Amino acid sequence: MSAVTSDRPRRSPAGLRALRSLGRAILGNRKAMVGAILLAICVVMAAIPGLIAPGDPNAEVFMPGQGPSAQNWLGTTSYGQDIFAQFVWGARQSLIIAVVAGLFSTLLSALIGVTAGYLGGMADGLLSMLTDVFLVIPAFPLVIVLAAYSKGGGNLMIIAVLVLTGWSYGARQLRAQVLSLRHREFLTAAKLRGERNWRIITHEILPNMVSLLVANFLGASVYAILTAAGLQFVGLGNVNTNSWGTMLYWAQNNEALQSGIPLWAVVPGLGIAGLGGAFALLNYAFDEISNPVLKPVRRRKARLTAQGKAP
Amino acid sequence: MRYILRRLGFFLVTLWAAMTVNFFLPRLMPGNPAMAMMARFHGRLNGDSLHAMEVAFGVNSGESLIAQYFSYLGNSFTGQFGRSLTFFPQTVSHVVFSALPWTLGLVGVTTIIAFILGTLIGMVGGWRRGGLFDSILPPLFIILSAFPYFWIGLLSILIFSISLGWLPTGFGYTNGTVASLSWGFAWDVIRHAVLPAATIVVTSIGGWILTMRNNMIMTLNEDYVRMARAKGVSSARIMFDYAGRNAILPNLSGFGMSLGLVVSGAILVEYVFSYPGVGYMMLQAVLNEDFPLMQALFLFLTLAVLLAILVVDGVTVLLDPRTRGRT
Repeated sequence: MSAVTSDRPRRSPAGLRALRSLGRAILGNRKAMVGAILLAICVVMAAIPGLIAPGDPNAEVFMPGQGPSAQNWLGTTSYGQDIFAQFVWGARQSLIIAVVAGLFSTLLSALIGVTAGYLGGMADGLLSMLTDVFLVIPAFPLVIVLAAYSKGGGNLMIIAVLVLTGWSYGARQLRAQVLSLRHREFLTAAKLRGERNWRIITHEILPNMVSLLVANFLGASVYAILTAAGLQFVGLGNVNTNSWGTMLYWAQNNEALQSGIPLWAVVPGLGIAGLGGAFALLNYAFDEISNPVLKPVRRRKARLTAQGKAP
Repeated sequence: MRYILRRLGFFLVTLWAAMTVNFFLPRLMPGNPAMAMMARFHGRLNGDSLHAMEVAFGVNSGESLIAQYFSYLGNSFTGQFGRSLTFFPQTVSHVVFSALPWTLGLVGVTTIIAFILGTLIGMVGGWRRGGLFDSILPPLFIILSAFPYFWIGLLSILIFSISLGWLPTGFGYTNGTVASLSWGFAWDVIRHAVLPAATIVVTSIGGWILTMRNNMIMTLNEDYVRMARAKGVSSARIMFDYAGRNAILPNLSGFGMSLGLVVSGAILVEYVFSYPGVGYMMLQAVLNEDFPLMQALFLFLTLAVLLAILVVDGVTVLLDPRTRGRT
């Protein structure tokens, strides 16, 4: 029992320390900074769209097809809606889909990847096979097939489809990480202490994979943003809601590019790219931050930087 | 040998999984959406086509589920997918085979270009780590890969077709021209393919660059590279034959995953450019609730990806002697 109680206080400062070093890392890394700022802008738009662009974004009250003006900063759609208002209100859905789908994908990846890596043997063989099959089957066609059959399911359907097709890449990475951890001394020690399997997984293995899990979440979110936008763009989401993907759908349907209102199609795309780019930049920066600490290659990398600095 | 056999086994399992997904999906959905679709065929089908579609969607068929499943598998292997609703009297296989060359050409060529360019950029970037080249190109393309493929496509239409008028806005060839094996027609096809191809290359290249660069950095630290340097092997040979050849292996094994992503992106690019390939057809099929066509296209896309992966496995065997071992 004493082993367990002495275990606790050692963990939480480690978590705190990781959080603090994460903050420092974001401030110190230019890519992470840009990503964090982009993300913050999207979060503000998603949280208080009513304050930035008051009124109903779908109200068709302006002259249709206008260019930018003092009243409509980004012009109007061919239905007479304000493009700026639509853009601001569209952030919420894209962000929610990204975060929720990213979170559930990561959970599913962790569940399957860690189980496979930890159990090994037959279970590992089957789960790895499942992961590989899902990795190789082209995801977007499958997403389209799924979405076509469950038409009109709205965001919940989109999220379910994204999770179902987006978990495999992460599961494979997490499994590899577990395999590399499996024979470390602290795990042997935990087993000798007589810890139960699920406890070893939640208290010994998962804390050692936090940065990989975060990286996974970021990657899955980028996938979710882009795929959801694609689905909504072709009209497989709910086309009556406000999101950047549906904006693009209406813009494409009304030939916005050809009829002189290109901003209608350009602006939501920039939004998607900004949000996707924010997650991708954070992920890229995370790779740089977490790789040398976590992966078994760290000694080699450390030696490399030491060599680079030495002469 | 054993490696190739294992990969072949994986190929079969995945193909079977895709077929099974196809078979069970319409049955699992509430209210079986295929029922409504079959009603639209009412009285227009007979014989083999009707039976193929009945077993595929589980409609009006007196057979048991298992019997339906096996006749569906058999029909899939012999190319019996029934008839397309969108292009009615034509069979699904006919429609698929008229769309397939466009996509194979577009995605095949762009994937090879992106792979070669990306690998080269990543290799040079890793070789001169922190140099001017390395600090500009890799981050640029990695940011570009976060953009939606289809939006880059829209943007390039806006710039190069509508504003500048250099290239056509869409479709595979000029409407009204007859497909023929002449230089004029080939030129027309190429002109129409430039924008979609460039879109796919620009957005898919980032992944190759990133992995190749990281692998290159790892490999350059190996003892055999140091040994080669000590022996006085020329830089170019170290870069290509010593480090590059080994650094490319993880990129090759990552090919399968990336190819799935490229195909996914290409579907939307085809849609944006109305390019008459599999992706465009697939979305047309979805909009018309033409499920037999949609399912067959999904199956063929999977098959194409799997075949490409098999080819890459073959290349891996050539490059990596470890896979040729007896164990």
